[in-house]
Amino acid sequence: MASPPTPAVAPTARTPPDTKPILLSIKNVAKTFGGNAVLRNVSLDIAEGEFLTVLGESGSGKTTLLRIIAGFETASSGEVWMGTLRLDLQPPYRRRVNTVFQSYALFPHLTVEQNVAYGLRVAKRPAAEIAQRVAEALDKVKMTAYAKAKPSKISGGQQQRVALARALVNRPRLLLLDEPLSALDANLRRQMQVELKSLQREVGIAFVFVTHDQEEAMVMSDRIALLRFGDLEQIATPREIYSRPATAYVAQFIGHTNLLKGEVRGGIARCASLSWPTQAPGGPALFSLRPEHVRLAGNAPEKSPEKNQGVRTRGRVVHQAFHGATELVRVACVDGLVLLARTAAGLVVKNEVELEFSPLDVVPVRESRERK
Amino acid sequence: MEFLVSPSSSSGIVPSSRWLLFYVAAVFSFLYLPIAVLIVYSFNGEGVGGFPPRHLTLDWYRLLFTDGAIWDSFLNSLQVAFAAMAISLIFGIPAALALDRAKFPGKALFRRLVLLPLILPGIITGLSLLMLFNMTGVRLSLMTIVLGHGTALISVATTEVFAGLQKLDRAQEEASLDLGANYWQTFWRITVPNLKLPIIGAALLIFTLSMDEIAVSFFLIGRDNTLPLEIWGRLRRGITPEINAVSTIIFVFSLATIVLWYRLNARAEGMAEIAAEMMNDDKSV
Amino acid sequence: MFSRTYKLIVTLPPLVWVTAFLLVPYFLMFCYSFWSVTPSQTILHSWNLDNYKELVVKTTYWQTLLRSMWIAARVTIFSLMLGYPLAYFLSFYAGPRKDLLYQLVIIPLWVSYLVRAYAWKTILGSEGVLNTLLQYVHLTRHPLDFLLYSPFAVVLTLTHIYTPFAVLPIYAALEHIPRNLVEASHDLGATPTQTFWKVIFPLSIPGVVAGATFAFVLSLGDFLAPLLLGGPSGIMISNIVVSLFGAAYNWPLGAAISLGMLIIVVSLLFVSERLEKKWSFS
Repeated sequence: MASPPTPAVAPTARTPPDTKPILLSIKNVAKTFGGNAVLRNVSLDIAEGEFLTVLGESGSGKTTLLRIIAGFETASSGEVWMGTLRLDLQPPYRRRVNTVFQSYALFPHLTVEQNVAYGLRVAKRPAAEIAQRVAEALDKVKMTAYAKAKPSKISGGQQQRVALARALVNRPRLLLLDEPLSALDANLRRQMQVELKSLQREVGIAFVFVTHDQEEAMVMSDRIALLRFGDLEQIATPREIYSRPATAYVAQFIGHTNLLKGEVRGGIARCASLSWPTQAPGGPALFSLRPEHVRLAGNAPEKSPEKNQGVRTRGRVVHQAFHGATELVRVACVDGLVLLARTAAGLVVKNEVELEFSPLDVVPVRESRERK
Repeated sequence: MEFLVSPSSSSGIVPSSRWLLFYVAAVFSFLYLPIAVLIVYSFNGEGVGGFPPRHLTLDWYRLLFTDGAIWDSFLNSLQVAFAAMAISLIFGIPAALALDRAKFPGKALFRRLVLLPLILPGIITGLSLLMLFNMTGVRLSLMTIVLGHGTALISVATTEVFAGLQKLDRAQEEASLDLGANYWQTFWRITVPNLKLPIIGAALLIFTLSMDEIAVSFFLIGRDNTLPLEIWGRLRRGITPEINAVSTIIFVFSLATIVLWYRLNARAEGMAEIAAEMMNDDKSV
Repeated sequence: MFSRTYKLIVTLPPLVWVTAFLLVPYFLMFCYSFWSVTPSQTILHSWNLDNYKELVVKTTYWQTLLRSMWIAARVTIFSLMLGYPLAYFLSFYAGPRKDLLYQLVIIPLWVSYLVRAYAWKTILGSEGVLNTLLQYVHLTRHPLDFLLYSPFAVVLTLTHIYTPFAVLPIYAALEHIPRNLVEASHDLGATPTQTFWKVIFPLSIPGVVAGATFAFVLSLGDFLAPLLLGGPSGIMISNIVVSLFGAAYNWPLGAAISLGMLIIVVSLLFVSERLEKKWSFS
């Protein structure tokens, strides 16, 4: 997990990798509800065939962003472009965008088949074409056997598949998914994560997937857009967002981290009694240090051969939490600093330990905006 | 055999609940006494009152079926009820949609005005319309009664449908728009089927209320009588036993409608909603 | 999510209807109440306060209004006294028979108003069921004449008609009370009676207010039951209005009284709305 030298602020990949053409551009979109800013000048591009996850807690504005793309909400300012088309000026039914709703929103009075055929029917496609495309779509999600059933008669996981088929059968250019897995239990959820991802590869269209679950986001996405109180905190690949979080909030929201508040002077960062070389500009600064980058040296002999490379300190173990393959150890250092370190599970940890980390693993992060 | 023991009757409050049971039985008897009397005396040979009833007869029914005026007024009432139902639904459903999803200045006033006839004594609705028709020179006829009933009963359609809309998952309509259906298609394919029960419920309720309406009709009547007004005219002249017969028939028809509604399972909710709606005016303002 | 056109299309038609058939007629009623009628029975469109003066000066109107309110108040109290226990029983004790019993409350509502009023006439008349029954079992020798054509008959009939109207909102309010509140009260040591007065009743007040408003307002404006069963002593304010619009032919004065009733009703609705809000905690 050796990281390259960190620039002052981690780059934010607002635009996707150059190789894929851009499908949808969100430009400075803001939304206020009765004076409350739900989205603040969000800009991002979505590439053809990309799996983009919009991640955030409740109230982050993630669902609002999705609904603006779908056309259920109107942005207070900003624009949404699909190619040369100003998408945000179109009514929802003229957008080549389809949605899988959070509670699926299957029509209870129509059968599975009629639900899937709905979009084609209202578009007045020929009957033969409708029949064929519906059959294909149901086959793709393995729901052919339930074609004549009413939605209330099938399970949550099956409803989920029907909702997918109903959206995809219209061959949208972009599929929006609003927390589609949140209603499923943990096992089914993991299974659907895999299925969704492979379905997306198969159909090859771009997915915008909204979730509050950071693990789900990490597993499924090509890129993650992390929203907080309506601000786009960072948009990057899962690896990048984990190893080079742009803000303190991102660092804390995705996985565990140590936030070190200190001061940089002349290329040297100081926090409590620790100091290390950094490229961050001078002044007060905030750093993120992942627990797995903190080595417990206390179990090794005092005179470790790597002593000269890292930053070292000593402390007392105050808490140890079992996490399966690893354990998280909370250490109170002599200077009052509390650090989290990740160790292999089952390691017998002494009461008094020595800690060590490499300056290269300490990532400078921005302070996140306070909620007003 | 546990199912034989009703759980609620054995919840340890037996002494007070026994008195309550008697009381409730008494209230029910009070509510049903007049209806029972009506039915019994429609078969009573002596006609009016008089205890005990004697000489079982079907004469009053026979009399009724040859009574042209009653039949004419019944047919008039049918026409009025269907027309009032159409008007109430055509204007009441959009009103419910507007209250549910549009914002406009004066919405609170609009809401109160639409719902007012629900609780306003019929005399005020009837008289105010009478003055309107008088000023504008509209001749009183069945048409003016239709307008009166429509105005009074739009509130019924609006409350029922509005309650249905509150329960309707907005995502249903969003999904429809999302799948490419425009507003008109969405209304007919999603909104209406989802509101089927409230709409049918409202239609039945409006129909029966209109068939029975008298306070508004009283002031707007032209040459042709509605059934309640025909009955009213005869009651004013004194007690006539064929009224017992016609009332019994109306009762049986009403009962049939209730059974129909009960099957649809909307009636119970409907009335409770209207009742709740009456006062809970500000839900959507 | 709904376009401006959509909102316009659903708002405009009912708005036009309500304006034409509610707002304008109420305004006309307002105008009429300031006009007058000549001895030759034509309506003079000259603005004056004569009708209101007459209402203030002549005690008949006041007395009738007070009597109407007294009748309506009695109807309200009796409807609540009959309706509350019924609703309470339905909500808390009816068990699996709840739906059926609820339907039994509803059914009388479907029976024509007129028919029910008329049925009471058959029962209460001097040759009626009750009097002949009493004589039949030798409890009385002559018909009791206070039964029909009296305020008593009006109150009885209107109570019969409006009791189901009182039951429904009370029942709805009782149904909304979370059952774990009752359990919590028992758990904290309250007896069933204490639980009723300290938990259930206070939470059902919005329903009681709604039911009372229903019963009071509708019976205040009634003119049919008094005409049919009330006799001279059971005349109510609406009967005066009816005669002013009919034989007595004084529309302006009738309009003034109607407007007064409208104002009373609307203020009552306003008060009951306030009361309900005050007593609803959700």
